[in-house]
Amino acid sequence: MARIAFERLAHGYPGSSAYALKPMDMVWEDAGAYALLGPSGCGKTTLLNIVSGLLQPREGRVLFDGRDVTALSTERRNVAQVFQFPVVYDTMTVRENLAFPLRNRGVPQAAARARVEHVAGLLGLTAMLDRRARNLGADDKQKISLGRGLVRDDVAAILFDEPLTVIDPHLKWELRSRLKELHRQVPVTMIYVTHDQTEALTFADRVVVMSEGEVVQVGTPEALFDRPAHSFVGHFIGSPGMNFLPCAVEGDTAILPGGHRVDLPRGYGALAGKVELGIRPEFAAIARDGLPVTVRRVEDLGRRRIARVELDGVPFAATLPEGMAVPAEPRLALDPARMHIYADGRLATGEG
Amino acid sequence: MSKPLDNRAWFLVLPVVALVAFSALIPVMTVVNYSVQDSFGNNEFFWNGTGWFKELLDPSTDLGGRFFDALWRTLLFSALCLLIEVPLGIGVALTLPRKGWGVAASLVLLALPLLIPWNVVGTIWQVFARRDIGLLGAAVNGLGIEYNYAQTPLAAWVTVVAMDVWHWTSLVVLLCYAGLRAIPDAYYQAAKVDGASSWAVFRAIQLPKMQRVLTIAILLRFMDSFMIYTEPFVVTGGGPGNATTFLSIDLVKIALGQFDLGKAAAMSIVYNLIVLTVCWVFFATTTRSQSEAVQ
Amino acid sequence: MTVRADGLALSSGGEAVLHPVTLELQPGLPNVLLGPTGAGKTTLLRLLAGLDRPSEGRLFAEGREVTGQPVRRRSVAMVYQQFINYPTLSVFENIASPLRVAGLKRTEIEGRVREAARLLRLEPYLARRPLELSGGQQQRTAIARALVKRAALVLMDEPLANLDYKLREELREELPKLFAESGSVFVYATTEPAEALLLGGFVATLSEGRVTQFGPAGAVFRRPTDLPTARVFSDPPLNEAPARAEGGRLVLATGAVMPAPAGVADGACTIGIRAHQVSLEPLPGAVALPAVVRVAEVTGSETYVHCSVGGMDWVVLTPGVQRPEPGQEVTLWLDPQRCLVFGADGRLAAVAPLAEAA
Repeated sequence: MARIAFERLAHGYPGSSAYALKPMDMVWEDAGAYALLGPSGCGKTTLLNIVSGLLQPREGRVLFDGRDVTALSTERRNVAQVFQFPVVYDTMTVRENLAFPLRNRGVPQAAARARVEHVAGLLGLTAMLDRRARNLGADDKQKISLGRGLVRDDVAAILFDEPLTVIDPHLKWELRSRLKELHRQVPVTMIYVTHDQTEALTFADRVVVMSEGEVVQVGTPEALFDRPAHSFVGHFIGSPGMNFLPCAVEGDTAILPGGHRVDLPRGYGALAGKVELGIRPEFAAIARDGLPVTVRRVEDLGRRRIARVELDGVPFAATLPEGMAVPAEPRLALDPARMHIYADGRLATGEG
Repeated sequence: MSKPLDNRAWFLVLPVVALVAFSALIPVMTVVNYSVQDSFGNNEFFWNGTGWFKELLDPSTDLGGRFFDALWRTLLFSALCLLIEVPLGIGVALTLPRKGWGVAASLVLLALPLLIPWNVVGTIWQVFARRDIGLLGAAVNGLGIEYNYAQTPLAAWVTVVAMDVWHWTSLVVLLCYAGLRAIPDAYYQAAKVDGASSWAVFRAIQLPKMQRVLTIAILLRFMDSFMIYTEPFVVTGGGPGNATTFLSIDLVKIALGQFDLGKAAAMSIVYNLIVLTVCWVFFATTTRSQSEAVQ
Repeated sequence: MTVRADGLALSSGGEAVLHPVTLELQPGLPNVLLGPTGAGKTTLLRLLAGLDRPSEGRLFAEGREVTGQPVRRRSVAMVYQQFINYPTLSVFENIASPLRVAGLKRTEIEGRVREAARLLRLEPYLARRPLELSGGQQQRTAIARALVKRAALVLMDEPLANLDYKLREELREELPKLFAESGSVFVYATTEPAEALLLGGFVATLSEGRVTQFGPAGAVFRRPTDLPTARVFSDPPLNEAPARAEGGRLVLATGAVMPAPAGVADGACTIGIRAHQVSLEPLPGAVALPAVVRVAEVTGSETYVHCSVGGMDWVVLTPGVQRPEPGQEVTLWLDPQRCLVFGADGRLAAVAPLAEAA
């Protein structure tokens, strides 16, 4: 178990002066459940491989509990990793798979056996301990990969690299909630890399959002949802993501396309660059009063409906309330408390 | 309901059927025909029934003794080749680079022996191992080791086996390398994280993942070595004495040297059946063990 | 164009791989095959494409039987989960390849490729090689190649599964427009209920080699004909509770009693209710169900509470951010009006009126 810290960490690939990861300082608290969220190519897997030691950073240091491990190899860092595609040792039984890391480290048989059975219990693998690993389903194989990390009581952190990619939706729920339960029982630092916002938000206590080799925001799921620090976060978190409307701001009034004036919850000083009003579809509803819009399409998500509308030519996603038919003259009602102003993509802090 | 299959498609197979009939079936039938007859030179044939087969399978007869001697020699040769080439091939495959320019270079280098015609391989080794002008033969003798493949059986065996290893290990290497390349990186990374030693990685990942290609490699190498003819014939001519007279060489001696077509035909049928049986048993057991593992 | 499967089935070694399927596929809309891995989606796709021969049944395209016809002679295009493009050809040539094979005129090819590229927003990338593009653009190239053929039948096997979540969202929004603009019949296999709903066409749910229901997505979601359909078409998984129907009442294993909807026969039955229709707050007329919290997952604006209800795993979606402690006892409120009741045979015995609502 460890607190992991990055000091001026940066990385680039050989033969290129560009940064794949821009210089960063960061701390992963001991026993925290973190998600590393971003689109492919944002550097999240690179970051994960630097933590595990599969990759040496070009600059900066990695500290485990204050100890510099930058130059240490993977096997000496005591991290465990679960990969996108389940890795099990085909010829071995589930029990032998789980015992493998202990055997490699020369743990006495009796102790290893007890440890394996304990972990199998945690993961619900007890009944299949003596079955061959290769014949199991993808979800059980992922549990085995995770189990190989958990059997070591000295494990500093468990890293997950998009572990649910090949798992069917129904089993995802089961596996994810089990993972979360597990984190409560075994307080170990967990870092979970994914491009799927639902997975990130539901798994993590803190979500690290990355874009183009940079961390753009770190926060709780609520914080990322309520106050995205960057328009990228607003767009990336939420399904559909946050709406952005180009506007001009005068004090506590925003002037939207078409000249519509909207009262803001706060007042703003002079703003530079491209100014936008951001509001989530959850807080914008089709109504009988409000801004006039054209409804392009209604998406039925089963438990809610999203209206794809246009507000003076700007596409916008809004909620169509339960039981409501699209009105003849649809209007858009925005929740004033949930509006944010962004200048050049960054959240502007207002007053009041 | 309209006919889903167009039976005219069978016409497309006809040329192949004709070709196979001509190239395989007819010669085989001829051999079967010869095997039950005795011949005396000028195309006179007499019915001999299963006579040749009885004689052949009875080690106390002249023909039988000769056949079994050759058979054990051939089996020993195959066993030696497999025992050396398979572990060596795996070993070399493991040490090959996984990326970079070295990959192409080593693969081309490895493929070279496979591209040389068999009789040329024989000729190369015949010269290479000669004690007077051959680089290998002269060097070994220069070291004070008595080495003459034309005189001592052991030297002949060493030469023949070494030649086969030189010629064919590359095939095992290439097959194993292909198997190794198919292992995703995540497996190696996981093994690193699990603290596995190289030996543990080999046992837990590489060997199981190579199982299929190894099956093919062993099968190919067995068939080839069991039927080897050209190379030892060129180098030792089956000698000294009969020390390196393998089944195929013996067969040719009987058929062409003595022109005993009946004996030779019976022998070649038995020879063929042995190869088929061994391959079938080997294939059946390995595929069964694999499918059992899947269930 | 129309495509109709009439009792299409496949068996192998005496075992049914796919039970007889009868479908009238709809043009201009996605016909989604929804089911978990191994349910028979790919098997059905291959039968529709003509890659495999059905052991029973017939297939009609535009009223003409095509059952035994080789794929080459059928008008079929396919898009796979992996992005399959010719790596050495430009995007333009990739899209043009089926037309070149068909021997079309140069000007005709040019026109059709431009048109497909416009639909899929690939115009800026026509000169590039596929591997220089993002995953989403690569898959769009593959889709463009399938569209440009103007095949009667376009089959897509989990085409978005290998894409990033946000890209998937984007393409899910674009695809229905493409489907509407083209006259082809589209069949789209996926494991994700959310995707089936978003694409908004017709859905065939598959479970264990059987098509359990076929109809408009919303209707199948809200009125599943049986338990397997409800299970397949539910994300989070369907919450289930065994019960007994007795004289117009449903008695749950916990002893709780609720009025049975009309049409439920006496005997064993299963109550199914979706995560968003269970409440943690008391509702008028609702039945209380004791539960123990396993874990809570916060999505930012909502919380999924995983609980254990009489030994069964339930998921409850509740608005707002809540963090109940694991092991905490809570009461779930079931509105009988929102419960689906399935008889002992698994058939939907009655739809409650409010289960229909969004």
